[in-house]
Amino acid sequence: MRSSSSQSAFARALVDPDHPLPPGLAAWNGSDPERRFAVYRNNIVVSLIAALVARFPVVRELVGDAFFHAMARHFALRHPPRSRLMLAYGDAFPVFIAGFEPASALPYLADVAALEAARTSAYHAADAPALGPAEFGGVDPDALFAMTVQLHPSARILVSHFAIFSLWAAHQQALAIAGVDPSTPEDVLVVRPLLDVEVTRLLPGGAVFITRLSAGASLGAAATAAIAAAAEFNLTAALHVLVATGVVTRLTPCRGERP
Amino acid sequence: MDGAPAAARSARRGELPARGGIGLKAEHVREVLETHPPVGFLEIHAENYMGDGGPPHHRLNLLRESYPLSIHGVGLSIGGDDALDTVHLERLARLVDRYQPEAVSEHLAWSSHEGIYFNDLLPIAYTTRTLHRVVAHIDQVQEHLGRRMLLENPSTYVAFAASTWDEVEFLAEIVRRTGCGLLLDVTNVQVSCINHGRDPIAYLRAVPARAIRQIHLAGYSEDLDGAEARLLIDAHGAPIESDVWRLYDQLLSRTGPMPTLIEWDNDVPVLATLLAQAARADLRLGTLGDPRLEAQQ
Repeated sequence: MRSSSSQSAFARALVDPDHPLPPGLAAWNGSDPERRFAVYRNNIVVSLIAALVARFPVVRELVGDAFFHAMARHFALRHPPRSRLMLAYGDAFPVFIAGFEPASALPYLADVAALEAARTSAYHAADAPALGPAEFGGVDPDALFAMTVQLHPSARILVSHFAIFSLWAAHQQALAIAGVDPSTPEDVLVVRPLLDVEVTRLLPGGAVFITRLSAGASLGAAATAAIAAAAEFNLTAALHVLVATGVVTRLTPCRGERP
Repeated sequence: MDGAPAAARSARRGELPARGGIGLKAEHVREVLETHPPVGFLEIHAENYMGDGGPPHHRLNLLRESYPLSIHGVGLSIGGDDALDTVHLERLARLVDRYQPEAVSEHLAWSSHEGIYFNDLLPIAYTTRTLHRVVAHIDQVQEHLGRRMLLENPSTYVAFAASTWDEVEFLAEIVRRTGCGLLLDVTNVQVSCINHGRDPIAYLRAVPARAIRQIHLAGYSEDLDGAEARLLIDAHGAPIESDVWRLYDQLLSRTGPMPTLIEWDNDVPVLATLLAQAARADLRLGTLGDPRLEAQQ
């Protein structure tokens, strides 16, 4: 339905450095508009790279500044924003990294990027009051397992074959990078109950437990699924995570049966 | 003349004060909250506060209690060939509804096309066809927001052979047809006039001063075009140049004191640097017509 317009030609040339300049550009002094148009091309790529630098600082530290800029430039030209909300730009960067051949020597890089993307997305997520120890303490333990929960809008679960929590934490100076084996599988819960985004490493089965809860399973059914997924699942530790991180906003008595 | 009794205008309820203000940068939010610097107002980029929740809204709520607020959109693409993104317009409406800013502004530019968002303010040809489109878009925005918006003059690096209107006349006609106000960016006047071989003083003489409700000042950087002529870049990453301060004085002599924003979005300095720039604007706003002002340059 669109009319083919001068802006179409302008737009195409903006994100394709090899595309000829749009027709109809003028300069008061009759100069070649190439240099002038380059200001726009440069502004766009620089601003998109800057957005990725801001959102993925650990990925940048892992690969170094020059590599990151080259990778971000590739991404920016192939995946310019589809949304006017730049705070969401880079949601597709982790998947891009997973398929970015020059980064294949760092197989954990895409998952670390996914963790960083989850953190900023949690930062901007909707607010909701989180339940704490007082609210959980008032529940009859027998009734608890028949209850379902509502998770905080900022809650995100990441499951990885790599040590994404440890790699990320090492870059927050929270632990020594020398002790990190990148090939250790680690799952992570990201949540922002109030103002601070919390990143918590989950024990085996913990990710299945919370993922099932978020799908509407009762606490008992989620625990059963977690044990099936990981025999060493520790229910006490998993419940402690629910209470301590503020990831739950509502406890509801369960009426129907859920497997 | 155009120089309306400015004190009366700025004292009107619900308008930005005729003082220096600063663009609120994420890097400075905590410090502004803790030290409460005496700036006349704060300006935010609308799109940075279109997340659902979290610290940005929490902090802006606190700041809103202490400062007049300008909401400055960068993503509406009012100059675009495409229809306005009504989802985005509704987001802006919700933000405006929530924070009740003293001013809402957008740009005479386009930033999206066929589903791609370019994160930059791109130039339009000044033709009767584009005039009609911009007017229709501004009508739509003002109707949806239920209030008057301010339109900012652009900084541009290319011109279009198709243009049949002078930029100032184009802006004046938009104002006449839509009733919108103007956010006059003095740096953009300097940048565009130098880049297109025009006289910035003549631009300021021709601009419909009565419609101006806010002023922007920013630093620019310099490059050269294909013929080695000066090409100014609206980089928002440096102190305001003395030629822009002189144009600002020129403009104030027509408009009277105006809310004046210091923009600094790249290579963001310490807050004190921004405050010092805002204080330079305050000095001019307070000493308007004082001949000593000339000597201080």
